[in-house]
Amino acid sequence: MARFPKPLEGSWTEHYPELGTGPVSYADSISPEFYELERDAIFRRTWLHVGRVEQLPRAGSYFTKDIAVANTSVIVVRGHDGEVRAFHNVCRHRGNKLVWTDNPRAETSGTARQFSCKYHGWRYGLDGACTFVQQEGEFFDLDKADYGLVPVRCDVWAGFVFVHLDREPEQSLQEYLGPMVTAIEDYPFDRLTERYAFRADVPANWKVFMDALQEQYHAPIVHRNQRPENFEAHQAGFEALHYQVDGPHRMFNTPGIRPWELPDDQIKPSEKLLRSGLFGPWDQPEFHEATVIDGMRPGGHERVGVALFEIWPNFGIQLWERGWYHTYQHWPTSHETHGFEWNLYFAPPRNARDVVAQEMTAVSLKEFALQDDSLVASVQSTLGSGGLTEFPLGDQEILCRHLHATAQEWVAASLRERSTS
Amino acid sequence: MTATPRLPAEFGDLERFADRWSLRTESERWAERHASSIEDMRELYDAMFPRVDDALAYCDRFPLHDLPDDARNLLHLALSFVMVSFPVEVWNGPRIPDAGDATLDRVVSPAV
Repeated sequence: MARFPKPLEGSWTEHYPELGTGPVSYADSISPEFYELERDAIFRRTWLHVGRVEQLPRAGSYFTKDIAVANTSVIVVRGHDGEVRAFHNVCRHRGNKLVWTDNPRAETSGTARQFSCKYHGWRYGLDGACTFVQQEGEFFDLDKADYGLVPVRCDVWAGFVFVHLDREPEQSLQEYLGPMVTAIEDYPFDRLTERYAFRADVPANWKVFMDALQEQYHAPIVHRNQRPENFEAHQAGFEALHYQVDGPHRMFNTPGIRPWELPDDQIKPSEKLLRSGLFGPWDQPEFHEATVIDGMRPGGHERVGVALFEIWPNFGIQLWERGWYHTYQHWPTSHETHGFEWNLYFAPPRNARDVVAQEMTAVSLKEFALQDDSLVASVQSTLGSGGLTEFPLGDQEILCRHLHATAQEWVAASLRERSTS
Repeated sequence: MTATPRLPAEFGDLERFADRWSLRTESERWAERHASSIEDMRELYDAMFPRVDDALAYCDRFPLHDLPDDARNLLHLALSFVMVSFPVEVWNGPRIPDAGDATLDRVVSPAV
């Protein structure tokens, strides 16, 4: 018997008949050939989140983003006119990576008046124009106006900076995100600026890790030791309040856990002492009313503790009841590896107590995330062995089903296009 | 001759932990946790637990981003208390069970 009502069709999965209910193929997560196809079919055709506007506070602020799956690096920079622009991070002279610090294989950030190439000193303005060629007279009929940085389509939604590697994207960013995602744009992202960032190289396909974050069926099992044995929420298994898909994007929300309402024997002593833990600092920011938005509860439920929005292809925004949020991002580096980026955002701390409470949340989440991280490495190590590539997915795993269906559909569409062109 | 105290005088009872646990970054605290025995961490935990409220109240006498050195050391000690809380309360050891060789590096933290 479901604790929370399901759609009239009887299940979340059957509410979206195009998803089917049969076993799902994970061949898409173990095949080098499929990964090669994903590069063009997915990552060069989608709006990709690369950072937040707070990382670009003033004219000349920039950061670089390496996108291995698309064989490129981009520079994102705020111009003198305040506009945020993106360029391929490559010098027009002989293809050197233009902006890097110390290690050419690492991302960097900073503030610049212009960009100069480390190789032969060619320079570019913040608008990408080529402004200086060393020993220009040695070149043949060279007009600097023809040698500006190659622009990348760039747009900003709710303070999130996105780029699109197709020069003429079929959809604007707003159209691409669609109504389900843009319904959270009033969340006060711009006031939650205290950032904690984590990075990991994960030995698993990007979709395999996303699966572990977009279902909580695993939580009572994988994370069972983090809670006392009598913890009710774990004994009952997991059910979400609401699942929804909108085109290639997907979301779910849950009532969450309110440690601040639990009896002492169900929380850790340090949680009570520091008034913080996995579900965030217990004391909300002054502007907490602004964090209660309808977009977080598309199913209309009164109490929503956590809502995760997965924006196709690789970016997740998770909003928490106590007025903070975090984001996940998965950057494929091969069919069986990816880079994981995880950012937590809180209100600026008012005092030392807030600092410690935020640290408590960041530390607690890491204890959980490392278990997930290790588990997806375990999945990847045996996926496909014994010829097993098809797996039954339950109704609480509908979003995993949707992710794989979407990836397979986009790759198939791209193959159809190639065969007809 | 004793070394210059690192913590405010009224937290002299915690001074013995300061050299080892007053660490500025999460990576340093994470490394220290994994280099420590459960007994070492429990000693820090037990000493800090009844003192954390006082320690934070002391820090809050100053503007957060302009803490005197000894108050900042005290805050860093409180952050180490946070770091050892899971090992002491849940794992009974420095390692997360079943986490294998997975890593998750903190690359940005607030400047305190």
